[in-house]
Amino acid sequence: MIDDRPYDVAVIGAGVVGSAVARLLSHHRLRVVLVDSGPDVGAGTSKANTAILHTGFDATPGTIESRLVARGYALLHAYAPQVGIAIEQTGAVLVAWNDEQLAALPRLAKKAAANGYAGTELLDRAAVRALEPNLGDGVCGGLLVPDEHLIDPWSTPIAFATEAVANGVDVRLNTAIDRVSVGIDVHDLGHGIRTRFVVNAAGLHGDELHRAFGFDGFTIRPRRGELIVFDKLARPLLTRTILPVPTSATKGVLIAPTVFGNVMLGPTADDIDDRSGTGSTSSGVARLLEQGRRIMPRLLDEEVTAVYAGLRAATEHGDYQITSEPSARYVCLGGIRSTGLTSSMALAEEAVIRLGQCGLELVPKPDEALVTVRMTNLGEAFTRPYQSSGRIVCHCERVTDVEIAAACTGPLPATDIDGLRRRTRSLAGRCQGFYCTAEIVTLAARASGKSTAHWIGASG
Amino acid sequence: MNRVSNNAIDTASTDVLVVGAGPAGLAAAVELRRLGVQRVVVAERQLEPGGIPRHSQHLGYGIRDFRRLMTGPSYARRYAKMAERSGVELRLSTTVFDAAPAANDARAVLLSTGVRERPRAARLVPGARPAGVYTTGSLQQLVMAGIAVGSWAVIVGAEHVSYSAIPTLLHGGCRPVAMVTDRPAHQTYRLLAAATAGRNGVELVVGRRVVDIAGQRRVEAVVLDDGRRIACDTVVFTGDWIPDHELARHGGLAIDCGTNGPAVDSSFRTSVAGVFAAGNLLHGAETADVCALEGRRAARSIADFLCGTDRWWPPSGPDMIVESPLLWVSPNRLSAPRAAIGSPSKATDRWRFTLRTAQDLGRRAIEVRQHGLLLWSGRPVGTASPNRSFTIASTWQRAADPDPAAPITLTVVN
Ligand SMILES: Cc1cc2nc3c(=O)[nH]c(=O)nc-3n(C[C@H](O)[C@H](O)[C@H](O)COP(=O)(O)OP(=O)(O)OC[C@H]3O[C@@H](n4cnc5c(N)ncnc54)[C@H](O)[C@@H]3O)c2cc1C
Ligand SMILES: Cc1cc2nc3c(=O)[nH]c(=O)nc-3n(C[C@H](O)[C@H](O)[C@H](O)COP(=O)(O)OP(=O)(O)OC[C@H]3O[C@@H](n4cnc5c(N)ncnc54)[C@H](O)[C@@H]3O)c2cc1C
Repeated sequence: MIDDRPYDVAVIGAGVVGSAVARLLSHHRLRVVLVDSGPDVGAGTSKANTAILHTGFDATPGTIESRLVARGYALLHAYAPQVGIAIEQTGAVLVAWNDEQLAALPRLAKKAAANGYAGTELLDRAAVRALEPNLGDGVCGGLLVPDEHLIDPWSTPIAFATEAVANGVDVRLNTAIDRVSVGIDVHDLGHGIRTRFVVNAAGLHGDELHRAFGFDGFTIRPRRGELIVFDKLARPLLTRTILPVPTSATKGVLIAPTVFGNVMLGPTADDIDDRSGTGSTSSGVARLLEQGRRIMPRLLDEEVTAVYAGLRAATEHGDYQITSEPSARYVCLGGIRSTGLTSSMALAEEAVIRLGQCGLELVPKPDEALVTVRMTNLGEAFTRPYQSSGRIVCHCERVTDVEIAAACTGPLPATDIDGLRRRTRSLAGRCQGFYCTAEIVTLAARASGKSTAHWIGASG
Repeated sequence: MNRVSNNAIDTASTDVLVVGAGPAGLAAAVELRRLGVQRVVVAERQLEPGGIPRHSQHLGYGIRDFRRLMTGPSYARRYAKMAERSGVELRLSTTVFDAAPAANDARAVLLSTGVRERPRAARLVPGARPAGVYTTGSLQQLVMAGIAVGSWAVIVGAEHVSYSAIPTLLHGGCRPVAMVTDRPAHQTYRLLAAATAGRNGVELVVGRRVVDIAGQRRVEAVVLDDGRRIACDTVVFTGDWIPDHELARHGGLAIDCGTNGPAVDSSFRTSVAGVFAAGNLLHGAETADVCALEGRRAARSIADFLCGTDRWWPPSGPDMIVESPLLWVSPNRLSAPRAAIGSPSKATDRWRFTLRTAQDLGRRAIEVRQHGLLLWSGRPVGTASPNRSFTIASTWQRAADPDPAAPITLTVVN
């Protein structure tokens, strides 16, 4: 029987933010749909970041971002281990390379305190060197931020969305919302989707959607961040994230370990006009290598595993653009630029509260009615599947045949090679498929019932 | 013939663990058994033994070891059969995570884990990340599995392996349109180039680099450094080898800064007692037969090692250092000889050192010096040009000073 009742809420955009919103809504007695134009959840900016769970120590005190990053940090920090999202407390050290930066450190410590984070510790040159002996010459001092964490950025939105689906949310992929007709009781989003309430979590297209609903107030100008991922053999070079002293323009280029056991150098920060400009550039790569050589010269002796770019949804404003419009039963989570992974669960709380203020009746489901999920651990710091069973088919990343098959089935399966990579790490390693592409594509085709040509990207 | 001593105190259950069942590992294992070594175990992480040749359907294998021209799969099968017949224990779908003999309950370990091609990212080729980008290694596996790779391809590189990509692409129903090399000319045999690129009208673009890949979901074109766009839906990155040295690195083996593989002496001994290495892990991609012969030679040193009751391991001697335009030499370290043993075997002398260069050397001579004194000079054998290997004699080794503080330098005479 076709249910033609409108949804209670449509969440537009299934990045880490929209997925978190859908998850929280699924804990209520509501009919919810999570919509994305892409082929998968978390396939936009959410897949291409530096994957740090920020304490928010350097946010601007008093902003919405500062509040939601702190809250989101606590929520995700608690949620990740419950569902098996890899998270590692490596801490970070902010390194000053000249006197001016050195002078800024005490100010940053004070700012951290104003943001509610009191754990920073000023370090002299020798202490920084002792902590991170592979830093380049010219270290003047540092600020230790012990509570910065690394997190698995791929599993996070997938976990949210999987939990949402398990609790009754519909997911509609490959569905671009480009024409909306705003109704008095019900909005029509096309594609047969009618809904009473809308949450705009459309990332880089949030402003367009905002206008489609008749509102204004911010314009997105993508800020591209290019990143270089180094071979796992580089991982012993550092124990914690190496941060630069931020300037007003950017957080700057950092060197961070990843939960997958690699080392990441980046990101750049270039304002561009193309909202699909996720390609890397020779100038970006050259600038990163130059900075990397200065920060940690030995890093550049190691092989590069991947180069990519992500686009921050930057706006003309210094803060997140969160608005609600009770008249239109509409909540906008706009301009979630460079901290959205950390703040996602807090943004979800914010959205749900605002939906309530817009008139959505929020009846929580009883705890025993909620379905929980368990993700396959992708982090190196925890036990991986290959350590107990299965046959390794991706040797660089040690992914088993069982994981490939599992990722291609289930409620939210991978639909392409990128989705498979984000669910398993397969093909994300140093050989980039030299040894295993054929076998992985064959296994994926067998498990999914789709052709090998589909999986290799040779057709549609 | 060497016999392995049955040392009563030694309880290690495996005599030799060979890591990697490619040509080097399998040939070594077969030879170890022939020399009377009892328990030879070969661990291979893939489902089947044979290494890279399993997927190379073109002819070009077996000339130096079997004295006939074979396809890769039949070459691989032949070694697998030989291994089976000679009583080698083959453990498939088995990944070795630690190179130390003790960790594997083995008296000696041979690393023969091979090389891979640098993929696009490792070459820092920027641009979008569409589907349709391969290495020759992944390409030949896909074609062999019957998976459609694309319709028209650009090949990056113009060395031997790049030319092997042409028949592979054609076999897979994909038309190679151009090859791009940053060198002024291709780097393979004229005959091979004619029979592959020539016959199929593949354009050779010399002196150019790929600086961008265009296409959102699927490759649409490659862009060269002169701005030229070559339309294609497939890009194959070839050559540019990097040893699979993860085990060697984790095991703390000294790594040669030229080859990026473990540093070895001419008996294939690494810097860690009981650990040997052979095959492409020690250098870029040589042909499989060269690797197999290397494995066989390594087997003899391993057997010698197992024979000694004290498991003597030579202290590290001097490193061999190449000067520009030379890129690397393999083997690349000398070991201190065992004082009382007498002269090293003549067999070692016949083995030659393999080198690569970044520039065409033509007929220029190579000099080997230590303490500023000339140990040897002579002309390379083979074509001394980029992306190809050539060799020099190793007879001078016996005259060298084993002092580790006295490096041996190899230079090109102007
Ligand atoms: C280089 C870089 C480094 C970063 N590092 C960190 C970090 O270390 N820690 C951290 O917390 N944050 C970091 N961030 C920020 C974080 O990645 C983002 O804030 C977060 O991913 C934003 O999530 P989102 O869901 O809002 O956007 P997205 O992930 O972009 O999701 C939006 C989704 O909406 C869909 N969509 C858009 N328009 C439509 C439409 N009309 N119809 C249907 N669907 C639509 C898109 O397809 C997309 O999937 C970084 C960002 C970048 C770029
Ligand atoms: C496209 C292409 C075409 C070629 N064409 C020719 C040709 O025509 N003629 C020719 O003679 N040569 C050719 N070669 C070269 C030839 O294939 C190689 O020289 C040869 O395979 C090298 O042998 P190897 O034993 O050193 O390594 P490989 O053959 O690479 O074998 C290494 C093995 O080690 C295994 N391994 C690695 N790490 C581990 C671990 N930790 N645990 C367990 N197992 C592990 C791998 O799975 C692999 O099977 C070609 C190579 C390529 C890539």
